Amino acid sequence: MHHPVRRLEVEDLHSWYGESHILHGASLHVNQGEIVTLLGRNGAGKTTMMRTLMGIVQQRKGRAVLDGQDLLAMPAHHVARLGLGFVPEERGIFSSLNVLENLLLPPAFRPSGMALEQIYTLFPNLQGRDTTIGTRLSGGEQQMLAIARILRTGADFILLDEPTEGLAPVIVEDISRALGELKALGLTIILVEQNIRFAMANADRHYVMEQGRVVDEFSNEALQSNMAKINAYLGV
Amino acid sequence: MSMLIKGLAGFTVKYKWIWWIGAFVLAATLLLAPAMVYPLLLINILCFVLFASALNLVLGYAGLLSLGHAAFFGGAAYVTAHAAKTWGLPFEASVLLGTLFAAVLGLVFGLIGIRRYGIYFAMITLALAQMLYFIAVQMPFTGGEDGIQSVPRGMFLGLVDLGDINAMYYVVLGAVVIGLMVLWRTLHSPFGHILAAIRENEPRAVSLGLDVAYYKLIAFVLSATLSGLAGSLKVIAFQLASLNNVSWHLSGEVVLMTLIGGMGTFAGPIIGATFVVTLEHMLATSGLPIALVIGVIFMACVMLFRRGFYGETVARLKVVLDRGHD
Amino acid sequence: MPDIFGVPAAVLLGQVLLGLINGSFYAMLSLGLAIIFGMLNVINFAHGAFYMLGAFVTWLCLTQLGLNYWAALVVVPIVVGVFGAVVERLFLRRLYRIDHLYSLLFTFGLALAMEGLFRYLFGAAGKPYPVPETLTGVFRLGFMVLPVYRAWVILASVLVCLLVWLVMEKTRLGAWLRAATENPSLVTAFGINVPLMLTLTYGFCVGLAGFAGVLAAPIYQVSPAMGSSLIVIVFAVVVIGGLGSIGGAILTGLSLGVIEGLTKVFYPSASAIVIFVVMVLVLILRPAGLFGREN
Repeated sequence: MHHPVRRLEVEDLHSWYGESHILHGASLHVNQGEIVTLLGRNGAGKTTMMRTLMGIVQQRKGRAVLDGQDLLAMPAHHVARLGLGFVPEERGIFSSLNVLENLLLPPAFRPSGMALEQIYTLFPNLQGRDTTIGTRLSGGEQQMLAIARILRTGADFILLDEPTEGLAPVIVEDISRALGELKALGLTIILVEQNIRFAMANADRHYVMEQGRVVDEFSNEALQSNMAKINAYLGV
Repeated sequence: MSMLIKGLAGFTVKYKWIWWIGAFVLAATLLLAPAMVYPLLLINILCFVLFASALNLVLGYAGLLSLGHAAFFGGAAYVTAHAAKTWGLPFEASVLLGTLFAAVLGLVFGLIGIRRYGIYFAMITLALAQMLYFIAVQMPFTGGEDGIQSVPRGMFLGLVDLGDINAMYYVVLGAVVIGLMVLWRTLHSPFGHILAAIRENEPRAVSLGLDVAYYKLIAFVLSATLSGLAGSLKVIAFQLASLNNVSWHLSGEVVLMTLIGGMGTFAGPIIGATFVVTLEHMLATSGLPIALVIGVIFMACVMLFRRGFYGETVARLKVVLDRGHD
Repeated sequence: MPDIFGVPAAVLLGQVLLGLINGSFYAMLSLGLAIIFGMLNVINFAHGAFYMLGAFVTWLCLTQLGLNYWAALVVVPIVVGVFGAVVERLFLRRLYRIDHLYSLLFTFGLALAMEGLFRYLFGAAGKPYPVPETLTGVFRLGFMVLPVYRAWVILASVLVCLLVWLVMEKTRLGAWLRAATENPSLVTAFGINVPLMLTLTYGFCVGLAGFAGVLAAPIYQVSPAMGSSLIVIVFAVVVIGGLGSIGGAILTGLSLGVIEGLTKVFYPSASAIVIFVVMVLVLILRPAGLFGREN
């Protein structure tokens, strides 16, 4: 077995929204080609972790290094250039832009980005919808659009925040299938997920967050046998 | 803040006599001032103290930025001047008419704009005031660019000749003190507490079932009324009603006075108005451009000390006091 | 020519054209105000002052540097725009995170200071600026005599407004700007330098006000007060149109100019206040403005 290439390393990461201290020294790492989930209750700091890595939350300290580059030292708009793509929880589809404009919005910093035909093969629902206002799409289609526009940029490390939230089971299957294809393409993904079954079906490893810290870690194989523990963490 | 209030409260109880002395000194200063300072300058300061304090009721306590308050000040000034000069009404009736006019105008402006928030409200009040400005330019009775000149001062209660500048000063002083007392009582009444609650957290006030627009409207009308009183007094004392009193520059200046002294504090506009009027008086003879200086102070105030002279002082004092307690 | 409502059609059409000239200025300024508000959440009270600055720099270029109108048309918007960008970078940027009222008050102070400075330096009286030679003369339209220069003003400003609208609605840059209006932090996460974009947007819109100032110099007298008297009307235009839409700002600006012109025919003494009356009516009937969205 060859040694995994470590891409992201987070150590003792703290961050604040104004006065409130959200991340309290979280640590984790992600290897090339892995899908890693962040599990935890609401308010555990999963979304904040992503926003902190992207530089959307600016009050932060600790260490976060992607491919040897210090994320905390660079301005927020440089992060995307490292190949880090963000699909936010609320999907972030712009209501003043149509579907095509939403799709073309993020600049493609790498030549490896998907062409539109590839995107339409992956998400057939998006084809022929160019002039529809982005927010007129269904929730599932908006999620596809949010993922698609990041794939177009050539990002090879994607932060995916609750992609299945509020979606019908059929659509969740579509997203799951797409995720499998992305993994096959060698993309690295951090996934925040409440839906344990979706997480298990797609991820290699799982981190559990609680009160702004990473408190536990399971391989996907170990997850099944630790279900009671997981449920206790998640308060199910 | 609570620490400061506690500290000051303890201080007041313990050294009550200091406050009495302070009040006595202030009263004596105000009464003797005309002997030392040019009385017209004092009257001007007093009128702007009332004007800025009235604006502060909406700006500082109700959180509404009005950029059209000159309409009330200047509108009342025109009506008072016209009543006194053309209709020959006595001093009291002229001032009352001007003030009433401002109240009605405040109600009209308020009804049109009060439901709009923040900057929209600011733009609406500004535009409405400018409409009044254009009307004032065109209406024959305002005298256009010349204004209404040689407004007679008349007699106070038919007894005291206001032609005597000192008498004029004391009458204005009395009226301004009464106006400030009305504001003080308003702010410390249940109504004032509701205003504070709305400013703190408007959605919560709405969810508590308060008719927010209604309370804001009342505050706005009261503010307009007292601004009108200030304008009426000024026009009688200076015997001139002019377009300057209804211009957007004046609306801006009175916002500056409130801001520079400290929005939302009772002493702030008093200090701010005194400072700005005195400064303008000094600049007027220096040959320096007043608008430039005022504008630069405005910018500096927004960038550097948004809480104003009084607000910043209180905040610093609080830091010192808190440190003293540790 | 026939009469319309008892007014000779020639007079009517003439006033409509004159109204379009005023409307062109309303459109250019309210367009800039709307974009600045959308992107920066700033009500730029100094917009009128930048317009005045544009006219004054044009006049100074001619009288001090010997630069003619055409050179001014290129140079002045850049000068004014750069000045605006510096103001944004040094001051306005620090005010985004606090109550919007403070940025309004700051630009209010800036407008006062600029007007005060120019009055101090050059006096309150208007300065005449000659119409450029190539644009002198008149078009004889049958119903009226239209000075070539005025036709040029309408043409130039409508073209510029259309261009800005096209850039905003149809280009990638425009999509970035619209997206940044909605969710600046996400746009930043996509790798776009939003703070820089804000500086450039402010600079551009202020430069547009400067451009309007150049166009205005030969029509209106160049005077320190020309900006403040215009900006208050433009605010009313903005309240009428609502701050939500760029196309709306252009249309509202032009049509209010025409309404003002028509009022001059039918009820001249109301022409100065007709826009404010329209504002009051709109506020009562459709509080978010004609093209606005309430937030």
